[in-house]
Amino acid sequence: MNAPLLEISDLHVAYGKVEAVTGVDIAVAEGAIITVIGANGAGKTTLLNAIMGVLPSRGGIRFAGEAIDQTPLESRVTGGMCLVPERRELFSGMAVEDNLLLGGFLRTRVERAQTQEEVFTRFPRLKERRRQLAGTLSGGERQMLAMGRALMARPKLLMLDEPSLGLAPRIVADVFEIVGALRDSGVSILLVEQNARAALRLADHAYVMELGCVVMQGKASEMIADKRIIETYLGGTHNADLA
Amino acid sequence: MDTTILLFLLQDGLTNGAIYALLGLALVLVFAVTRVIFVPQGEFVAYGALTLATFDAGRAPGTAWLGLAFGLAATASELSSERRRVGLRRLLQSLASTTAVPLLAAAAAFIVAPMRPPSWISVLLTLAIIVPMGPNLYRIAFRPLADGSVLTLFIASIGVHFAMTGLGLVFFGAEGVRARPLSDLVFSVGPIPVTGQTLFVYAATILAMTALALFFGRALLGKALIATAMNRLGARLVGVRTEMSGRLAFALAALIGALSGVLIAPMTTIYYDTGFLIGLKGFIAAIIGALASYPVTALAALAVGIIESLASFFASNFKEAIVFTLIIPVLLWLSLAHGPADAEEGH
Repeated sequence: MNAPLLEISDLHVAYGKVEAVTGVDIAVAEGAIITVIGANGAGKTTLLNAIMGVLPSRGGIRFAGEAIDQTPLESRVTGGMCLVPERRELFSGMAVEDNLLLGGFLRTRVERAQTQEEVFTRFPRLKERRRQLAGTLSGGERQMLAMGRALMARPKLLMLDEPSLGLAPRIVADVFEIVGALRDSGVSILLVEQNARAALRLADHAYVMELGCVVMQGKASEMIADKRIIETYLGGTHNADLA
Repeated sequence: MDTTILLFLLQDGLTNGAIYALLGLALVLVFAVTRVIFVPQGEFVAYGALTLATFDAGRAPGTAWLGLAFGLAATASELSSERRRVGLRRLLQSLASTTAVPLLAAAAAFIVAPMRPPSWISVLLTLAIIVPMGPNLYRIAFRPLADGSVLTLFIASIGVHFAMTGLGLVFFGAEGVRARPLSDLVFSVGPIPVTGQTLFVYAATILAMTALALFFGRALLGKALIATAMNRLGARLVGVRTEMSGRLAFALAALIGALSGVLIAPMTTIYYDTGFLIGLKGFIAAIIGALASYPVTALAALAVGIIESLASFFASNFKEAIVFTLIIPVLLWLSLAHGPADAEEGH
């Protein structure tokens, strides 16, 4: 097997003296969807932010064969990583179109135009609203714009932090469908989710985090049938749904 | 008072107001992008005016050396902040971005100054000397504090102001100077004589504002600056470096300051410490625009200019007091309308 696209080894992240992530190892294979599930406060968002370089961390981060743990955030973007953060961090006072353009800040004009067409094909809603201010979009549209903006950078690895957060169930389904389609187009995806069931259905491989540590990992298809997972994260009483 | 005097005062007020507008816009821009309340904005005006006047006197200005020193200090600050070992290539790359322009400008200044160049060459040289000081100052004084609070940055800003005023005294002395006008043209419109210099002020102001509007409305780089101002993390996530935005904002502020200095140098006597007061009036306009709105700032600046000019006629002793008192009702209104201000903007 090839070396994974992203390899995290013994990663520690601390807020002051409190360690929020303690010694995490994770690998993302090229072209795969890897999900990290866990309860609120397990350190999932912290983990993603540290991988992206938003937060300082200790430990190994290798991306596309290179150690990047000392590389600043913006250089990681240049290298092909992209994070869609939990709070989206859109440019609310700017038009949808300008948000997308800035997503391709590091790309050439031609690439930007081309990628924007692809994004509009994937998210027709954004095309309809291209002149609207990002701040006026609905929750689902904001998530789509955040993903679209990230895609404008043409990332090799797309990291999604709770893409389903605050969205109506039907829109969640749309978003997850798009995530699947992105994998099929060759983008590797690291997905952090509280909606464990949807995430496990979509992912190839899964990690479970508790209190800053990875406590379980395995093939997503096996995890979804694992008794402990069902009881803790999928709600034991809904067993019948799984069939 | 008759109409002629009123028209005089209005013309005078508009001319000064146009300069205040430029400075106010620079203050809003720098604050939005870097959260720095840019007290030394006025020093760039004084440096611009005094540098131009020195060229007029046929000497090379000391600011040429100062610009070089700033460049070297910026490189030192940049490289010392890097954790990795610095190679020769990185050193040259850093010097190219901080010191190359000041070096060329200084060399040109020393060669050209004794030849008494035409005004426009002096103006270009002045800009080439002063503008790089902006981004280099950002690198030296503000970048190391980029994660600090607005108050910390403000204190640093005041420090830079005092340092620059002191350096101004060193390089230009305590004497006030006036530069040659860019044009000797004078004609009258009705009862009012209009000088070519005031026309330059209006033209330059309109041109600069149009250029800024186009830059922010059309150019990707301009949008990246706005993006940094709106959401710093969001901008970093798409690969816009905070450092790049900061340098660009400071370069624009220095350009606007130096340009204002060049424009007013032939109209008023400028001393090494005159800049502060001029910058402060731009600051009042920026406050009226809540450090956020460009159009409100520009209009407020024109109003400040006109009020100042009327005040200097009716109550010249209280001229500055009247202008600066303007800020009180505005602050009251802003704090009543928006509630207690949150010093740290949160995203």
